[in-house]
Order: sequence, then C-alpha cells, then structure tokens
Amino acid sequence: MVQLTLPKNSKITTGKTWPKPEGATNVRKFQIYRYNPDAGKNPSVDTYFVDMDKCGPMVLDALIKIKNEIDATLTFRRSCREGICGSCAMNIDGINTLACIYGMDEIKGDVKIYPLPHMPVVKDLIPDLTHFYAQHASIMPWLETKTNKPAKEWRQSIDDRKKLDGLYECVMCACCSTSCPSYWWNGDKYLGPAALLHAYRWIIDSRDEATGERLDELEDPFKLYRCHTIMNCSKTCPKGLNPAKAIASIKGMMLERAH
Amino acid sequence: MADVNRGNRPLSPFMFGTYYRPQMTSMSSILVRITGNALIVAVLMIVWWLVAAAVSPECFATADAFLRSWFGDLVFLGSTWALWYHFGGGLRHLAWDFGYCLNVETSEKLGWAMLIGATVLTFITMIVT
Repeated sequence: MVQLTLPKNSKITTGKTWPKPEGATNVRKFQIYRYNPDAGKNPSVDTYFVDMDKCGPMVLDALIKIKNEIDATLTFRRSCREGICGSCAMNIDGINTLACIYGMDEIKGDVKIYPLPHMPVVKDLIPDLTHFYAQHASIMPWLETKTNKPAKEWRQSIDDRKKLDGLYECVMCACCSTSCPSYWWNGDKYLGPAALLHAYRWIIDSRDEATGERLDELEDPFKLYRCHTIMNCSKTCPKGLNPAKAIASIKGMMLERAH
Repeated sequence: MADVNRGNRPLSPFMFGTYYRPQMTSMSSILVRITGNALIVAVLMIVWWLVAAAVSPECFATADAFLRSWFGDLVFLGSTWALWYHFGGGLRHLAWDFGYCLNVETSEKLGWAMLIGATVLTFITMIVT
C-alpha cells in the first residue's frame, strides 16, 4: 500500500548531541540515525562533530572515527572499504550509496546519514535485508542446465560473455531497490531492481537452459511489471550499473516471446 | 517470502524531499501520473458541459458560464499544459519500450524536454485557439 508517512513507532525524535573534539579547527557536523531495539524508544537523530583534519576522505572513514573515538555504540555494517562487498550501503545526503566510496567532499553542509530507505531497521544504520535476499534467491541465481555436463567447463563465446558486462558487477548492496518508490510501496510482491537485474543476468547467459522457466516466473502483475521506469535505481547505483535497462530488456523478451 | 518485520522494527525514513533527494527522473515520472490524474477533472467538466447541453438551455447556460469563467479558464489552461506534458511522457515511455534512451542522462534530458516542451506547446495552443 502507498505509504506517505512513517508509522508511529518509526517517527524520528531529536537525539543526543555529542561533544565537539577539543582543539579542532576544521570540524564537520554529522547527523546520524540511531535506533536501539533494547531501549524501547523511537528512533532518533544524533549529532556528532568530527575533526576533518584527522579523518580520511570517505564517509566510512568518519563513521569509523566516530565509533572509535566518540561513540562506540554506533552500529553499521562495513567490510572491504573499497566498494566490492556492498556492506556499507546507506542513505547519505539524500541518496543511497556505499559509505566507503562516497567522498565527503561531494556533500554540501552537514552530513546526514540514514539507513537504506523504507526498510525494517535492526539497529542504527543496519536494515533487515532478509526479504531482499529471499527475493534474490527466488530468481534462481545460478546456472540451470538440462543437457549433459561437458567434460571440462560450460563454454561461452567472447560475444556471449560480453552480454554479462554491466550485470555481473552487481554487489547486492540494495541501494537500487531501496531507492525505488515502487519497491517502497509494493516491495512485498515486486522483486525490485536488484533481483531483476540478476534475473536478467541469468536469462541472457548463453549457457543457461532455463530461459523459458525464468520468464514464466516473472510473468506476473507484480514481480516484474511494477517497474515504471522511474530510474532512481540507475541514478543511485554506486557501481554505475543500469538496472532500469535490464528490466526493460526482460519486458522486451516477454513481448517477443508472446508474438 | 521471508518474515520482514520480526520484533516490531521501525521503518527507515524514505519520503521524497526530506529523506530522499528528488531526482529529475523520479520527479518527471511522478508528474506524468499527477497530470494524468488531474486531467480527469478537465474531462469531468467537459462531460458536465455536454450533458448540460443535452438536458436544457438553462442547465447549459449555468455550465457554460462556469466553464468560461476565469476559474474555468484557469483549469483548462492547466489542463492544456497537463495534456502536453502527459503526451510527452507517453512518447518517452514509447521510446523506452522500444529500448531507446534507457540511460539516466538521456532520460533526464527528455524530462527537461517534456517540461519545456509542454510550456511552449501550451503557449502555442493559447495563441492558436
């Protein structure tokens, strides 16, 4: 259902303002979403001040600095710090991106950080991605074959391999799906840009032999066709991929198949 | 699908403007819908005008006076713009459905073209009619 405001338990209150670092001249203000499931209170936005002269250039550097030096309870996911694991996806300065590869010089004014939009929050900047992963699993993200296994490997021409470029690079960070208004409002049934990009990655794989079944699965009023080419997904993808185009390609294949 | 909200978890904020920065693509897309729905008002007014004409001369006079009032003019001016914008949005969707212009840069440019185009065409419509 279309929801335009936050439910009662999700309304954001003003949180704590943490002390400024002493003796720092180049200080930047951070406003960060906080939610503690054990406190029994609504989420809040805490204010932190970071000495930028002693901080790395990326948003993740500041988050780690805050956790190390100001507030050890600040909770977020992170791992590779180079945009390959997709763990530190969050809403920064009004768009979804990876904190590790988003430079603070790209942000004007205060740095505002929220969890990925319209998701159940586990704690602070950590959304519950269970449903998102279940949707990915539902598109059968593996090679389906019917013919006998070849002696060595499944071979593919260079041209066929090229069709996977711009698709295989997806790191499943969920930035795209959680930027999509259709996914916000129909995410229970609509698969969302990430899962559909993966679906297309397997549909056009020359080695896959379940193309028909894959398309059958997506022939549904919600799973695929809730995409209205709003393109928030392609605009926000931190890896520069184009899920909107992949989805349009699936729609095209549906048409081709029907005629 | 999986249980999405174990333990009454709060929903993270998402609203356009305050939490999600409006994008050229998303705003031009939502405006296609808004114009499409707003045009229902203009259509209902025209239907009212036609039905009134079929009912009686007095009835028609009332409807006609309302439609030709400054308020009626305003609604139809807005509707003209909405119609052109919605038409432009339809053409953009047609291009997308044929597999063209499916990248952010071109779609943003088309969004601007829809806004400017609708405004220019509304002026032309005003002059011609």
